[in-house]
Amino acid sequence: MDIRVLSPTGVLGAGFKTDSLRRGVQLAPHVIACDAGSTDSGPASLGSGVPKLSREACKRDLRLLLHARAALDIPLIVGSCGTSGRDVGVDWMAGILREIAAEDGLEVRVALIKSDQSTTYVRRRWSEGRIVPLMPAPSITPSIIDASHIVGMMGVEPIAVALEEGADVVLAGRASDAALFAVVPELAGADRGASWHAAKTVECGAACAVVPAADGMIAYIRDGYFEVEPLDPAARCTPLSIAAHTLYENGNPYLLTEPSGVIDTTGATYHAVSDRRVRVCGSRFTPAANYTIKLEGAQCVGFQTIAVGGIRDPQIIARLGELLPHAQHYFDGRVAELFDGRVAQDSYEIDYRVYGRNAVLGAVEPMRGATAHEIGVLITITAPTQELATKIATMVCHVSAHMPVPGYDGIISTMAYPFSPPEIERGAVHRFTLNHVCVPDDPFEMFRTEIVEVGS
Amino acid sequence: MTTLGEVCRLIRSKNAGPFVLTFDLLFATRTDYERAKRAQPLTVARLAKIYRVPESVITLVYHDNAMAIKASMPRPIVQGDLADSDCYGGQQYVPLLEIELE
Repeated sequence: MDIRVLSPTGVLGAGFKTDSLRRGVQLAPHVIACDAGSTDSGPASLGSGVPKLSREACKRDLRLLLHARAALDIPLIVGSCGTSGRDVGVDWMAGILREIAAEDGLEVRVALIKSDQSTTYVRRRWSEGRIVPLMPAPSITPSIIDASHIVGMMGVEPIAVALEEGADVVLAGRASDAALFAVVPELAGADRGASWHAAKTVECGAACAVVPAADGMIAYIRDGYFEVEPLDPAARCTPLSIAAHTLYENGNPYLLTEPSGVIDTTGATYHAVSDRRVRVCGSRFTPAANYTIKLEGAQCVGFQTIAVGGIRDPQIIARLGELLPHAQHYFDGRVAELFDGRVAQDSYEIDYRVYGRNAVLGAVEPMRGATAHEIGVLITITAPTQELATKIATMVCHVSAHMPVPGYDGIISTMAYPFSPPEIERGAVHRFTLNHVCVPDDPFEMFRTEIVEVGS
Repeated sequence: MTTLGEVCRLIRSKNAGPFVLTFDLLFATRTDYERAKRAQPLTVARLAKIYRVPESVITLVYHDNAMAIKASMPRPIVQGDLADSDCYGGQQYVPLLEIELE
């Protein structure tokens, strides 16, 4: 058994060296797989459907991967398309693919696997007790479900079926990162402990290498073990870097839960095969008693307008603790006047984040009480509409610039704004609403696959 | 007096999903890792005190293969919520830097 899995980069659109991909192609992989999404940059992509990385960057990477795939006649699997893995993200990526195919004369059989979950489905499974909270999970209600965009994170099974139906390229919605890399080894009957741990190791591309990079890795899945090596000859993997990668972005480094089971690295051992290549033995995969699909949800909680300002006067800095609450109290009165009582006080929020005064660590800050000579102020207004947020923000920014300072005889400007106007509209803001798994009847019911011929 | 910040080649905090904050302390040498394993500078009780969370929600492991201490806890504020100041959870490790190794 020797299944070779090529991971060109950590996230499609982050880039990679063309030489690295060329080297990877020479190693004759059985599959190229690449993740294109994450929740790591926050709830905005899932809430809005807008991808985090640019269309140009994704097109550049996808084009190179499509040509590499065509040269080898192997599958290309891209998961969590459009950052969120929402249906609109899959359609967005499919649009890019069609454009490349037309420009470069490519013919490909493409599987689009959608993972949006209807509120009807989620509510039904919830009422059946088959939406199970993970630790820690926010409490959910039918109205939160209704207000959320929800995706399910698919396992290998829908992707495996698409490959069996002859897909050259799979564009998947939200998917387990590791599943993208584990599916071809699984179909080949490879050792599941080795293939899943290998998948988990290369899913971030060369993030597990020394020095970590947005570049490629190759994994060799063998009987009872796997080996990994970076594609860039200047990069290395060490037993330490590969062992340490199990820590990265995981709560538990030994037990990593996937839809169909748990990757168990407790007994894994890491050996240097060369100064660049590492062999990992002893990984296990324990099949799950209950197949579970992780749900991700985000809802819109309002619109924001922000402003950034600075304060340098030591007298004002010293008095900020009293000036800001005073200003906030004043604003509530002004909003009531301005909008003639039509805007309820609990429908908007005026927040000052004071950089230079525990803004990053808050109560955890070990240097609470230290005084900075210069302060950055981030003013954030959150309201039910963008228009209202900006109306309140213009008043807040004006007043914040002219806070009366006790002891000063006359008006001064208390805030240094770098921009004119100081207000910046940030659009809709979202929050994550789910940290739950769904127990479906089978691995397929939550996902919908469409096979399309592109370029023919 | 030696601090964790001095003997680790990397100390980081990161989201493990939107609801969990995780800390990795990667030691530079096996000797210092073994010293830490004996002296236990980082305990669940200590993390609970620093991060103001109950001990019962913290997991902590000493990972021999990675020469690392790893701790995880629920995020005090969910990633991206209005009051969240650190979307990636990336600067939350700072209170660990000055902890003494022994």
